[in-house]
Amino acid sequence: MYDIIIIGAGPAGLTSAIYACRASKKVLILEAKSYGGQIINTLDIENYPGEAHISGFDFATKLYNQAKDLGAEILFEKAVDINVIDNLKEVITTKNTYMSKAVIIATGSENRKLGLPNEDELVGRGISYCATCDGAFYRNKNVAVVGGGNTAVEDALYLADIASKVYLIHRRNEFRGEQSTVNHLKEKNNVEFIYNSNVTKLNENERLESIEVTNKDGLVKTIDVAGLFVAVGKIPENQNFAKLVNLDESGYVKSGEDCTTNVAGIFVAGDNRIKEVRQLVTATSDGAIAAINAVKYINDL
Amino acid sequence: MSITEVNKDNFEKEVLKNEGKVLVDFNADWCGPCKMLKPLLEEIAETHKQIKVVSINIDKEGELTDKYNVSSIPCLVLFDSGEEIKRNVGLISKDEIEDMIGE
Repeated sequence: MYDIIIIGAGPAGLTSAIYACRASKKVLILEAKSYGGQIINTLDIENYPGEAHISGFDFATKLYNQAKDLGAEILFEKAVDINVIDNLKEVITTKNTYMSKAVIIATGSENRKLGLPNEDELVGRGISYCATCDGAFYRNKNVAVVGGGNTAVEDALYLADIASKVYLIHRRNEFRGEQSTVNHLKEKNNVEFIYNSNVTKLNENERLESIEVTNKDGLVKTIDVAGLFVAVGKIPENQNFAKLVNLDESGYVKSGEDCTTNVAGIFVAGDNRIKEVRQLVTATSDGAIAAINAVKYINDL
Repeated sequence: MSITEVNKDNFEKEVLKNEGKVLVDFNADWCGPCKMLKPLLEEIAETHKQIKVVSINIDKEGELTDKYNVSSIPCLVLFDSGEEIKRNVGLISKDEIEDMIGE
């Protein structure tokens, strides 16, 4: 029996663990893959207060060790369901069942896919969801980025220095990304903007060879690229808890800044919660708030 | 058994000519998910002695990286008696690695 079970060992979940352990609670973290979450893909974090430069891997490892040293237990099992039994919570994983007084859901989000038929089999053979991870494989090759947010614009800028040509394909005619980054990108002479268009087909010969792009007037063209970087947003990983916890139409947990949910004793922290700003610092902030409120909830039981 | 560093000169001997299964980890120093995967592979090498686990640094071994069409890391390729039989791109859990190697 645990006081608090935290689902997810990203920055939000690990921060929750730190706060909960420091409040002398017995904490179990359940993680499906490996600790750190999405931040491990970041080469250099430059916007976390107090750390001018740190790699995502180093940051995650420091956070993980801090939580473990304070007494958090961590098991690498995927949580698939939560049941409420009187005042207690039963968390079911692919291997076991664990009981606790409170649960913090900090599962984060995963990359949204384009949804094209051969997309999955081309991952690692031309399709990528992480420019900083895979950009180096496309030196002096033609690549495309699809998307219109900050990630897409930053990916295109990063790739412009590596690839010979970058196509940025966006379904609208303006970018939601930061204007300064967009301006930087417009100064690059090897970046071509393709507006009002979607990627509609992936042509392959073992590897990705070209993409079919269709614009809003139905005009189709084929572009030869060795790589396509997909940056069309994220999907919150809340599906397993949807029967219990209220989600909005995009799948984010309905919760305010207090990180509470519609279920007493179940809290949410990080990117899988409804919020305006999804940054490392807001994830760790959520982690602290969720843990403090979970501790308060347990002490009042 | 620890993880052997493999290059284009010893790839044939260490991987292709090896009887039984070899799990090849394509990775790079700058790749965070690769660093996450490494301790898991070390555990696998320790607990599954019948599987050989080797590492290929993609920045040093461009030829092997191209030859095996690796364009995203971490990339695990499982060979059995010299033949590629399975491949996984991206970070996976220890359980998933065990599933992959069929243990």
